[in-house]
Amino acid sequence: MRILKLTDICKDYMQGKEPVRVLKNINLEVEQGDYIAIMGPSGSGKSTLMNIIGCLDVPTSGEYELNGNNLRNLKDDDLADMRNKYIGFVFQSFYLMPKMEAVDNVALPLLYADVPLKERRQRAEEALKAVGLEERIHFLPNQMSGGQCQRVAIARAMVTKPALLLADEPTGALDTKSGKQVMDIFDDLSDSGMTILMITHDPDIARRAKKVYHILDGELLTNQEGGTGRE
Amino acid sequence: MVENIHLAFEGIWSHKLRSVLTMLGIIIGIAAIITIVSTIKGTNEQIKENLIGAGNNVVTIELNQNGNQYDLSWNPLPDQVRVITEDTRKELEQIPGAEQASLYYKRSYSDGLFFRDTAFNGNLIGVDQNYFSVYGMQVRSGRGFTEKDYSQYRKVALVDSTAAESLFNGVDPVGQCLEFGTEVFTVVGIIGPREEFTPTINSFNDYYLYANDGSGTVYFPSSVWPTLYQFDEPQSAAIKVRNTDVMASVGKDAADLLTSSQIIGTDTGFDYRSADMLEQAQQLQNMSKSTNTQLVWIASISLLVGGIGVMNIMLVSVTERTSEIGLKKALGAKKKRILLQFLTEAAVLTSIGGVIGVLTGVGLAELISRVMQIPVAISAPAILIAVVFSTLIGVIFGLLPATQAANLNPIDALRRV
Ligand SMILES: Nc1ncnc2c1ncn2[C@@H]1O[C@H](COP(=O)(O)OP(=O)(O)O)[C@@H](O)[C@H]1O
Ligand SMILES: [Mg+2]
Repeated sequence: MRILKLTDICKDYMQGKEPVRVLKNINLEVEQGDYIAIMGPSGSGKSTLMNIIGCLDVPTSGEYELNGNNLRNLKDDDLADMRNKYIGFVFQSFYLMPKMEAVDNVALPLLYADVPLKERRQRAEEALKAVGLEERIHFLPNQMSGGQCQRVAIARAMVTKPALLLADEPTGALDTKSGKQVMDIFDDLSDSGMTILMITHDPDIARRAKKVYHILDGELLTNQEGGTGRE
Repeated sequence: MVENIHLAFEGIWSHKLRSVLTMLGIIIGIAAIITIVSTIKGTNEQIKENLIGAGNNVVTIELNQNGNQYDLSWNPLPDQVRVITEDTRKELEQIPGAEQASLYYKRSYSDGLFFRDTAFNGNLIGVDQNYFSVYGMQVRSGRGFTEKDYSQYRKVALVDSTAAESLFNGVDPVGQCLEFGTEVFTVVGIIGPREEFTPTINSFNDYYLYANDGSGTVYFPSSVWPTLYQFDEPQSAAIKVRNTDVMASVGKDAADLLTSSQIIGTDTGFDYRSADMLEQAQQLQNMSKSTNTQLVWIASISLLVGGIGVMNIMLVSVTERTSEIGLKKALGAKKKRILLQFLTEAAVLTSIGGVIGVLTGVGLAELISRVMQIPVAISAPAILIAVVFSTLIGVIFGLLPATQAANLNPIDALRRV
């Protein structure tokens, strides 16, 4: 089943008074169960692409289909719905609510899906267990290490059972050891059937994915190399 | 909603000093309004109480010429005005709301009444047999006027306690003689209000309303009035009414009745008009109201300034929490949710300010009543309105910052960390 289809996506940003084309005619299809890494140098447009795929931003032109829905002309609140229903986000710098316990952070997207309180708690606890943090349920972000925080963020991304898990340099802020731990979780998620799209510029990490795309100056290079997978 | 209120308290608590400073404008405004309203209400209640306490459910209807009271002390006998008959008096009692009517003669300036060498310069009133009952007065010592005093034209008089003091200088008035020209009148008693009532007097206005002039009043039976003055003087009427609410209507009906029945000819300039105490009290109340209205305006400006302060702080708060808002939106929070969160915070902030303001206002009003001896009545509706109003201020002035928060673009918001 096709999760995602991008056709001729372009994105312009105003830099000064001149529009600058940051994404140039991106074509991309993602199938159910894909595990894709996108690599590219800094400033090549990776995050911009990720934001468009994650319905945080809208393209200047082109067609975008997510889970069978055409996203053209959607209003802000409809995009919020799309994000809530179909997308799970993992950011480089975690973005946890500093004054909320781990479990409340994880339950937050369920609140916006109007899931009742009891079920929210239960599902959040299960998600935390799945990332190995059952002991840290009531910890605040500043009481946890970077790796643990990123695992909370992953639990938050998967608690809604999204169609697509997006990760923008998820190990960028972590040391090698906790980076590896985090990547193991992504591998496990992929094994359990989750569709994952990940940005990285670490080749070792990209190698874990099943497909690797390169982006250069806003263009997605077509010569995809098959990821070697885990060894 | 519960969650929003919880969030709001958390946000306010985490910036205690800032929140208190922000609330200050609201607190001052609300406190001022509560204090002012309580003082107005207290004053009004006192005026009312004084009137009712004085037994003054009485309307008087007096002869006027060209809108001015026609006082026979210095005006000639008007030949276009008839004497009011007993039948007309009974008609007055038939007016809806009227209970008892009395006719009386009056001189507010008396020349020629003496006790020994002391001249009396208070009121002289010639009363019929209903007068003291209408005014709720009773004999305090000696006796009152009897049937025979009237029918036999006895030269007797009653004095009120003020006249007893001003004229008799320590001598018991009962049994003493008053001289008026060649006529001699015997004082048979002292008369006064049924219950000793001392109105509370706090201001010059009160003083003019309640205080009798210093010399008091001497009463005569109406039948001997022509002995003192002249025949065929037009009387005034005093009507006791059922309650204060009907005073104005009874007064008007009675004045119309007397004007149409007593005045001979047209365009004489004469008519009868009612002068009830309530009207005077109303004027007093209006006067204190208008000064207080100005104060309420000033308080409102303070509320406006307070509201702008709240808006300012909420804008700062939105800027500070941009990344939090961005994250919430990224996770799927809709505009309405963010809007409500910030509106609730603003409303909770101003509501707390309102409650503190009410408490401060009540305290201040109590303090004023103690220190300045001004009556104060705390008004429950005013308190309720004040709190609701302060909540409303939060909603109104929170609208702009909350809208700004709700319309934040999630990626821009997230990037600003
Ligand atoms: N909001 C923006 N306004 C203007 N230019 C932007 C904006 N966001 C990104 N860019 C520009 O777009 C280009 C791609 O940025 P980005 O997608 O963040 O790159 P990457 O994630 O690959 O490092 C950069 O040149 C950046 O300066
Ligand atoms: Mg980037």
